[in-house]
Amino acid sequence: MEQNVIQKREAQTPQGVEWASARKVFMPRTDICDKADEIIVMADMPGVDEASADVTLENGVLTINGKVKECACKDHVMHSQEYEIGDYQRAFTLSDEVDQNGIQAVVKNGVLTLRLPKVPRARARKITVKAE
Amino acid sequence: MLTLDPVQELELLEEEMTDLLGGVHVYPLVNVWSNETEAVLTAELPGAEAKDLEISVMGDALALCGTRQSQELKENEQYHRRERLAGKFARSLVLPFKVNADKVAAKLQHGILTVTLPRAEEDKPRKISLKPE
Repeated sequence: MEQNVIQKREAQTPQGVEWASARKVFMPRTDICDKADEIIVMADMPGVDEASADVTLENGVLTINGKVKECACKDHVMHSQEYEIGDYQRAFTLSDEVDQNGIQAVVKNGVLTLRLPKVPRARARKITVKAE
Repeated sequence: MLTLDPVQELELLEEEMTDLLGGVHVYPLVNVWSNETEAVLTAELPGAEAKDLEISVMGDALALCGTRQSQELKENEQYHRRERLAGKFARSLVLPFKVNADKVAAKLQHGILTVTLPRAEEDKPRKISLKPE
């Protein structure tokens, strides 16, 4: 069977814009789950905690950021490297079905979870069909 | 709905195709540092808890296995995007030298596993002093 090594993908910048820092910025792998009354976004950001995670909402664009500390192995030499270390960033456009004032963010074990509540009218409603 | 830019969409599609064709993911990716007295292994395991992981060491071989939990969906729920890997995983690695298995220490913090592996006494390099004739 094929061995599939998945490296972290570098985050995109708008055309013509470059990162000011020398560190790499990766796009966290993300699950987006659509539930009846909310949307759950879970992003893998290993090394990020509540102090280094940052979520901003501007003009309907939700941006997640995470800073990762350098490895403390200063007196060691690299023996083998499979993954690179860097910060995380990813942005999502929100539609008007999301209640932008009710967004909650939690980070646990290097996973950032966002709960995006839906505005009441966007929630699925069940309409009972009556017999005539 | 949440939207992404087209380039990202294409990259993800390519990855999904590899999955469909039955590729096996190498998970987790591991970095190893070393000096004369110890090796330090790090791995990115977002979401993992200590109970999900099993590490074993013998001589200069290390095995790491575990399970990555995924969220169960209820009725009327669906994934718009599913990029995070889930399921059982296993890695085995050859370390730079034999280690003292009794003194191996592992910690899991913010989704990063760090395993400190002290070099076995009998494997440490010995300085040979030159005697004057």
